Amino acid sequence: MTHSHSSQPKSFLTRSLRSALFLALALGAVSGCHKNAANSANPDINAPTPAPLPPMPTASLSADPLAIDLGQSVVLNWRTTDATNVSIEGLGTVNPNGTQTVSPTASTNFHIVAKGDGGTTEASIRVTVRIPIAPVAPADTTATADMGSESVFHDNVQDLYFDYDSYELRADAQASAVKSASFLVAHPDIRIVVGGYCDDRGSAEYNLALGENRANAAKTALVNAGIAPARIRVVSYGKEKQFCTDESESCWQQNRRAQFSLDR
Amino acid sequence: MDRTPRKLRTHVTLSRSAIAVLLLALATLFVPPDRAQDNILTGTSSGVTTIRIAVADFKPLAADPQTAAFRQTFDATLYADLASAGIFDIVSKSLMPPGSPGAPAEVQLQSYSNAPASAAMLVFGSLGQAGGKLVANGFLFDVKNLQYPQVIAKKYSEVPSEDSARQIAHRFADEVIYRLGGGIPGIAETKIYYVQMTGNLTSDVSKEIWQMDYDGANQRPITHLGAISISPRVSPDNTRLAFASLGRYGFQLKMYSLLLDRYVAFPIGNGSTESPAWAPSGNELAYASAPNGSFEIWVADSNGNLGRRITSFRGGNVSPTYNPKTGAQIAFVSDRTGLPQLYIMNSDGSSVQQMTDGGYASSPSWSPNGQFLAFAWDRKYGPGAPGGQDIYVMEVATRKWTQLTHDGGRCDFPSWSPDNRHIVYANSSDGRANHMRIWTMLTDGTQRRPLTGPGADMPNWSWK
Repeated sequence: MTHSHSSQPKSFLTRSLRSALFLALALGAVSGCHKNAANSANPDINAPTPAPLPPMPTASLSADPLAIDLGQSVVLNWRTTDATNVSIEGLGTVNPNGTQTVSPTASTNFHIVAKGDGGTTEASIRVTVRIPIAPVAPADTTATADMGSESVFHDNVQDLYFDYDSYELRADAQASAVKSASFLVAHPDIRIVVGGYCDDRGSAEYNLALGENRANAAKTALVNAGIAPARIRVVSYGKEKQFCTDESESCWQQNRRAQFSLDR
Repeated sequence: MDRTPRKLRTHVTLSRSAIAVLLLALATLFVPPDRAQDNILTGTSSGVTTIRIAVADFKPLAADPQTAAFRQTFDATLYADLASAGIFDIVSKSLMPPGSPGAPAEVQLQSYSNAPASAAMLVFGSLGQAGGKLVANGFLFDVKNLQYPQVIAKKYSEVPSEDSARQIAHRFADEVIYRLGGGIPGIAETKIYYVQMTGNLTSDVSKEIWQMDYDGANQRPITHLGAISISPRVSPDNTRLAFASLGRYGFQLKMYSLLLDRYVAFPIGNGSTESPAWAPSGNELAYASAPNGSFEIWVADSNGNLGRRITSFRGGNVSPTYNPKTGAQIAFVSDRTGLPQLYIMNSDGSSVQQMTDGGYASSPSWSPNGQFLAFAWDRKYGPGAPGGQDIYVMEVATRKWTQLTHDGGRCDFPSWSPDNRHIVYANSSDGRANHMRIWTMLTDGTQRRPLTGPGADMPNWSWK
């Protein structure tokens, strides 16, 4: 069904494209013939021989050194010939040949314009000014710039859920851990904390051990998938923090998890 | 006489403490081999006949309303202390002869020894203010001994206040219990440390460590961390409080000085640490720690130094508790065979023995006399399984156990009183954490009563 439907409009489209192309080629050929005929009909054979022109001015501009630190100065040196008016942008009109010391506060293109009877010649030179940049604390850059957004992280690194009183990774959790690991490989600046959680049944002190084991199971899965252990921190919350407080299996399942968050 | 449903009773009338001591010792020695599993002998179910005692209201020595208020507090506290001691059969108020004798000369002994009071012992005295002090004169008389009835005569003098009235009553009650209870000191001046929860478990939960008197009075916070702090354990000399608190790097042990009212350094680092337990010497603590990802039992000195691992089974090993009598053994919980079970071992980690072999066992507390373990046990653990998590007591030598709570919802964290006669525990009738409250009971499971409102958990009874 789908195949027969799609082939019909495709062949129709091909046909109409072909005819449109043919029409366009034909029109182009006709108009081209007219133009060529008009040009060849007016040859410029009676023009007078021009008088010798005054020579074009020449201009050269150099700077020494080409790169300075902020506050240092640079020597500009310029030479011109056949010029009646020489100006440098920012310095105004100057002698045809000269030298000047300048202290630009930012990287500048020095531009010389030499005007003469024969025309105008320009030259330019770029002086780079190195402005020191205040160093930024590395923690700030990793936290804001490199860790990425919370929502992107949670889309790609999803929490793992566990069976009752178990810290074995289920098949779905294994698959999810592999996906998370590939995201973490692609974002090497992300550090994560794995929280281990338990449902509210059983002993509070024993559940801290169970939560620790769940978080470590998640960490081990990531480490086996190539993530450096130093990027992963483990915290067990036991049953001291809950995602949901109903006494039902679906709620208990919510609480039996290894939760991933950015370790900011 | 058979007011309480006990299977084993020896009908002996006691009049002197020496006999009481002997009987207690004999009764705990005689564990008949054909005894049913659920019938071990604990401190209060040891076959000793309770002593019938009459507690008269104290006579006011002044008519002012302040003294009347103090006297009401005093009488109520003294009566409650003796009623909950677990060794007395108290003459109910309606059977008492009229009047309040304030001094030995005012007592008609026969009126207490005859029916309906039928008392063996009488507590009476007077309370008043003299010279800016609250003064109490307390007496314990053997009403069957007409010639020399006086057993105790005590005088107390304190700054007048509601709390003084309570404290005097506690001290006098402890004297009476010490004299009539086989020479075991009373517990009326002991404290209970516990966890008080505020907020919601899913968002802003906070748990602080609180302290209260053994009878639930004077509840007050110790910590103000705004964090989740659990598992309080007070040192044997009542000077320091160890507990676990949740921080950025998980649960870590903290140490609070009750003398200095501030935290003191306790540098057990490296990974999660929790469930501290004091050795009876006060020089060492056992705790659970997971520096390498697996919780094991560790022991360190009381300053948090020289930590060493004493278990080596991957998984969860938590909740250590010392044998308070010897300090030579530690009970703990381990999941090395599956669900968590109760184990004991020597305090150097040798001679591990499994004590429970099924269900889900947790939160052991070793009795001060070294004979029993109290713990929480869900014997048919699993989704939809019958029964629930209840408090059990096991005799260490025989591994015979008895169930103390029944069908009352989830019970956890039993902790023995220093006199072996009471167990404080946490109970939530519907299993929810925010409905947990702290209860006390005798070690035979009778006289259960709540000490706190909801949100209280993890009680720990002081050592003295």
